[in-house]
Amino acid sequence: MNLNAESKKVLVEPLVDNNPITLQVLGICSALAVTSQLSTALIMSLALTAVTAFSSAGIAAIRNHIPSSVRIIAQMVIIASLVIVVDQVLKAFAYEISKKLSVFVGLIITNCIVMGRAEAYAMKNPPWESFLDGIGNGLGYSLILVTVAVFRELFGSGKLLGFEILPLLKDGGWYVPNGLLLLPPSAFFLIGLIIWGVRTWKPKQREKNDFAIMPAHGDVGGAH
Amino acid sequence: MSNASTNPQPSMNERLAVLKEKARQYAQRILALPNDSFEKTVAVALALCLVGAVLVSGSAVALKPLQESNKSKDEKVNILEVAGLLEDGVNVEEAFKSIETRIVDLASGDYADTLDPKTFDQWKAAKDPAMSEAIPAEKDIASIKRRPKYSKVYLVKKDGRLKSVILPVNGYGLWSTMFGFMAVEADGETVVGLNLYDQAETPGLGGEVVNPNWKALWKGKKVYNYSTKTVLESTLTEKGQSIEIGEVALGLVKGSVDPSKPGAEYQVDGLAGATLTSRGVSNLVRYWMGPEGYAIYLAKVRSGRG
Repeated sequence: MNLNAESKKVLVEPLVDNNPITLQVLGICSALAVTSQLSTALIMSLALTAVTAFSSAGIAAIRNHIPSSVRIIAQMVIIASLVIVVDQVLKAFAYEISKKLSVFVGLIITNCIVMGRAEAYAMKNPPWESFLDGIGNGLGYSLILVTVAVFRELFGSGKLLGFEILPLLKDGGWYVPNGLLLLPPSAFFLIGLIIWGVRTWKPKQREKNDFAIMPAHGDVGGAH
Repeated sequence: MSNASTNPQPSMNERLAVLKEKARQYAQRILALPNDSFEKTVAVALALCLVGAVLVSGSAVALKPLQESNKSKDEKVNILEVAGLLEDGVNVEEAFKSIETRIVDLASGDYADTLDPKTFDQWKAAKDPAMSEAIPAEKDIASIKRRPKYSKVYLVKKDGRLKSVILPVNGYGLWSTMFGFMAVEADGETVVGLNLYDQAETPGLGGEVVNPNWKALWKGKKVYNYSTKTVLESTLTEKGQSIEIGEVALGLVKGSVDPSKPGAEYQVDGLAGATLTSRGVSNLVRYWMGPEGYAIYLAKVRSGRG
């Protein structure tokens, strides 16, 4: 495969520099819901990457003929069809995992990453580049999901992919699991810490204030 | 039709070719239109919907056999597991041959052979007003709202003798309704196992209902306490025999069970950090083993009339 500069850029940039979760802060809902186990996070990442890549390619292929008045609906039809196909495939080939993922695969339809890439990239670029852009963004999402899931499953239940790594106290081991990590809010904290880390490492990602913060003592504004 | 009489009848292929050409011309005309023209908007929307529909229905139809077999295999695995017949490397289909599926009328506790066990789905029946009845609020301890009039039961036989019966159960946990199987020995009161295969409890807390160590605690526990309340309900059957139903004593306790204390045979360790799930499991057992559930059937099994 011969990748030119643009292809490489769209593939690598979403990993850290333009990560859909840490910079664009999209797709948070599913990132909270499916990361209590590594296996579900991996399948979810795979499903989202596939949907983003193929929907971007499909939308890019017909981008010159999509009437702008029904643009969003047209994108949704393509995305929704692909999501249902992915859901059916999971039910046929990964039944156990699909039961655990339950509604979250279906909710890829409303995942802002997929819509965001369709609208921001695929509507303006050729299919192959859009496909790579979808893969890149899917991988950026996967990177965060897998990081969070490894942390949550390892320290929350002492396992990774279901294999025991840290023997639990109640099963005769020494590790007392952190129950908070199994609850969705812990993913919020972890993603917050990751965003903090990335923005300390790459200060360029820090957002500028939308407006000047009011001075604490001044003649404008008050206690309300 | 007037054309057909003057011109020779065009063959199927010729007609198709003409149609194709027309479609091609139409597509070209549409594609050349400005994107926001009314005609193009409608045409593109229709074409997209058509492609989407073909994609979705195609995948659903093509993958259906695989999904169905996954589902039925999954159910068989769950049944074998609760009966303690699922060992490593066992052939599921082969092992399932020793299990007979029957349908029980919950009200009388008799087998109802008018229904086909192959097609009957009691959780679907529970939603069908003709096949189920609403549970009065004060009796609905498992929070399931409706109960099917009939239920599937699975009979495990060995050398022609009944070894255990496997009963489908459900009940509300913390987040959603849990579905499972409970296996009871042929004496109608000794538990073989409880397997909640469909649940969405908090992983690591209530979700520990799937933990094999916890599930193993159920084996050998007794469901009914005949001593404290000998006869809870006496029903006359058509043969004039009365049926004694003990009080459902089995349930979860907070913390660990002290085996030296009396009543330990009716107690199972509660789930740490999951009070509501533990309560849900206790209620599910109490409801389904009670007179609304399988108590009458189990009493008949116990007396050898099942």
